[in-house]
Amino acid sequence: MMQSLLHWIDERFPLTKVWQEHMAQYYAPKNFNFWYYFGSLALLVLVLQIVTGILLTMHYKPDSTLAFASVEYIMRDVPGGWFIRYLHSVGSSMFFVTVYLHMFRGLMYGSHREPRELIWLIGVVIYVALMAEAFFGYLLPWGNMSYWGAQVIVSLFGAIPGIGEALAEWIRGDFVISDATLNRFFAFHVILLPLLLAALVYLHIVALHKVGSNNPDGIEIKKNKDKDGKPLDGIPFHPYYTVKDVFGVAVFMMVYLAIVFFVPELDGWFLEKDNFQPADILQTPPEIVPLWYLTPYYSILRAVTFEWLPGGAKLWGVMAMGFAIVLLFFLPWLDRSKVRSIRYRGWMYKTMLILFAVNFVMLGYLGTVNPGHVDLIWFKNVTWAQIGLVVYFAFFLLMPIYTKLDRNKPEPDRVR
Amino acid sequence: MTQQVNKRRRRLLTTLTTGVGLVGTGTLVAPFVASMQPSARARAAGAPVEVDISKLLPGQMLTVEWRGKPVWILRRSERMLQGLAELAGKLADPDSEVLAQQPSYAKNPYRSIQPELLVVLGVCTHLGCAPSRKFEIGAASGLGDDWVGGFFCPCHGSTFDLAGRVYKGVPAPTNLPVPPYSFLSDSRILIGVDQEEASA
Repeated sequence: MMQSLLHWIDERFPLTKVWQEHMAQYYAPKNFNFWYYFGSLALLVLVLQIVTGILLTMHYKPDSTLAFASVEYIMRDVPGGWFIRYLHSVGSSMFFVTVYLHMFRGLMYGSHREPRELIWLIGVVIYVALMAEAFFGYLLPWGNMSYWGAQVIVSLFGAIPGIGEALAEWIRGDFVISDATLNRFFAFHVILLPLLLAALVYLHIVALHKVGSNNPDGIEIKKNKDKDGKPLDGIPFHPYYTVKDVFGVAVFMMVYLAIVFFVPELDGWFLEKDNFQPADILQTPPEIVPLWYLTPYYSILRAVTFEWLPGGAKLWGVMAMGFAIVLLFFLPWLDRSKVRSIRYRGWMYKTMLILFAVNFVMLGYLGTVNPGHVDLIWFKNVTWAQIGLVVYFAFFLLMPIYTKLDRNKPEPDRVR
Repeated sequence: MTQQVNKRRRRLLTTLTTGVGLVGTGTLVAPFVASMQPSARARAAGAPVEVDISKLLPGQMLTVEWRGKPVWILRRSERMLQGLAELAGKLADPDSEVLAQQPSYAKNPYRSIQPELLVVLGVCTHLGCAPSRKFEIGAASGLGDDWVGGFFCPCHGSTFDLAGRVYKGVPAPTNLPVPPYSFLSDSRILIGVDQEEASA
């Protein structure tokens, strides 16, 4: 009976074929390690964000006079509302945790290299879409930090010479952040970007399954096949990696839920304190700071304080921030190394990658503190941010040189 | 019937069809884009605001809302006005050379129509935060011994003097903008309408 039903479907829809090609007979390298959890975990968070998001829209009111109270209503009066809201707000941070680790994995093992450039490019587009999604979502609670954060980011567009002010007005739909802005950000947050993200994630996986996964050794498993044409160092994704990923999900959910249950605001890192006050157009919070996942770029924006630059520091700060993200798109072509994985690269790439990662965390921290203060040793924060900006750009712009000069080790023929 | 394919004709028709398609798409997208501009209601809310300044004493400041932005109305005291002249060396644009930041009738040492009455938008020209008032003089202000009073933006530390002029070496690039305004009488001003238009 089931067999004939399956047959009936397969005549009309490639169900078995898709299952075989993408799960049961999709051969993934056998040497995946810890770092390979984060792709599937990011997908899990996406699904959770969509589900909790749908539930939140059932109670949330995208109206500047009602929004703040409706979030408090969700927190206090909706059955389990606090749980769903905290899953969603912590989920946005967990999304960036998984995505940042996933991207770092790519940098370590050379997953951006030929023939996987498109996977990387689609991934960077997902990352940018995710930043937009987080930014639009952050306005919705209509807290004071929501309001002023949106005010600062939208006015960045005003720095573009000529059309800037008109563009900022068009984005806001008003002369200031207002009810009109809240309404359209809601539309972007719940319709436009989720649709885009779902489509992009689909394309990311289609591109991945066309060329196959990279692995910690950075060598092609397709070079060594048995007589049936199956990679000798490959194992079927299902059941091997589905089971591995389920284990990863279990551990991840323990961490995620521990935060949701015990420290949902994470002392202002996941939900900022100023956002528990309704938006007030006459009262700026003492310090306007985005959430941690955007602060590395915010640091780069604030690091440019050189008034002698033609057009002024603000314009160059905005350009530096934009360029910092644009550079990610060029990574596959900036990297000139003959090997992919960090295991066989020389000391130069290893040093630069560690420096880049430490620097990215430092920039992230500096984005949350007052630029004029001295919070790290010796220098003012803004000076550290300026050093961080140089290191960030050096990692990318010098990459064609140091990856070429680097003395790599010979790659093995088979994975270890 | 001939089976000959007229390639030129085919290419022309393809080009025309594509062209018409693009024009059609553009025609459709234009109203979509336009719909996101400030609505008639938002524009109406941008109407001029009339303010009674008769009760404002020297040294006092009033904040009113115009187009959703805070507008500061400060009646400067004699001492405050004297302080303005001494600052020129410390300011980025002491003579209000950036013309977009004020109407022509406010391009003067006081950046105002009547010397004592300052009218500026209380929105930092860096990233749109709301600067706070720092009218205390000297160390009491927390901004150093030589502070003569002005405004301080808590977001990124920009400072402005009591004419809304920006100091050198701070993130804000320009002076605080002076909105169009005019005097209806000695005690009433209209924010949002230029001096010339009101008298005409």
